[in-house]
Amino acid sequence: METIVFIACAVICVVGALGVIIAKNPVHSALMLVATLFGVAVLFLAMDAQFLAAVQVIVYAGAIVVLFLFVIMLFGVYRSENLRVEPIAGQRPMAIAVGVSTLALGVIIVAIATGGSPTGDSAVTAPVLDSMTAHTQDATSVFNDNQSSGEEFLPNVRQLGRVIFTEYVWAFEITGILLTIAVVGAIALSRRAQPTRKQDEALSDTALSDTGREAR
Amino acid sequence: MEVTTAWYLVLGGILFAIGTFGLLVRRNPLVMFMCIELMLNAVNLTFVAFGRDLGDIGGQTAVFFVLVVAATEVVIGLAIVVAVMRHRPDATADDIAALKG
Repeated sequence: METIVFIACAVICVVGALGVIIAKNPVHSALMLVATLFGVAVLFLAMDAQFLAAVQVIVYAGAIVVLFLFVIMLFGVYRSENLRVEPIAGQRPMAIAVGVSTLALGVIIVAIATGGSPTGDSAVTAPVLDSMTAHTQDATSVFNDNQSSGEEFLPNVRQLGRVIFTEYVWAFEITGILLTIAVVGAIALSRRAQPTRKQDEALSDTALSDTGREAR
Repeated sequence: MEVTTAWYLVLGGILFAIGTFGLLVRRNPLVMFMCIELMLNAVNLTFVAFGRDLGDIGGQTAVFFVLVVAATEVVIGLAIVVAVMRHRPDATADDIAALKG
């Protein structure tokens, strides 16, 4: 069952990703990006990360892609890119080389790491208590089961919340500050040039006198 | 045939490579941002896969923070794109060279 889910989602993800970089029209790119994000969300579900799957759909597909589409609509929908010309000579072969070597490095690391636990000790911060790794009955997961058998079963959301609000609470607070800074920065960047102080005062003066006259 | 962690990692690698290629080739700044989102998603996938493999909730926590930072990055980046395109509606990534020495 998981095999079918994985293969379907992997195909959706890869086709969507290729669509993002092939589509001439940025609107099509954004819609293809939605396909990839949904595929990743379903894969999160398959890996028992329910909270992240929901957040992926809400934040990425619901907010980020809509923001992309908003900016695209603001600056001309039909402004498509001519993909036939290559502005810098030899750029595409170089880009293909970089992409393929990135992929090759990743695959080599995976091939090396599939022998056992690839990054050393497991569960150095907080163990996954419900231990959904039924298919990896190797030494590490058995160790985890023994370690966490005394604690109660926790669903994914509660587990994540417990970790975020205890061990990672400073990172969480700093994230809030980061979001505030981003909001202020976005407003400051995208605001139109404001009228000068003198015009401002003149405007408010006329407004005041108008209301005064009406009151009289 | 059962799905192991390696499958997820290879899928993440493929998505990351596609994103890298697109980021290097495309000239529309919006599409370049989308490619960055692709790369971030590939890394998120590997985080969750490793977290499951190691029995550690920290992988999902990292993805949570990556999501937040990706959202702020898109907000700021799109604000810059809007500010540039307001003056030059046909600007591509090659035209943004105001800070060139």
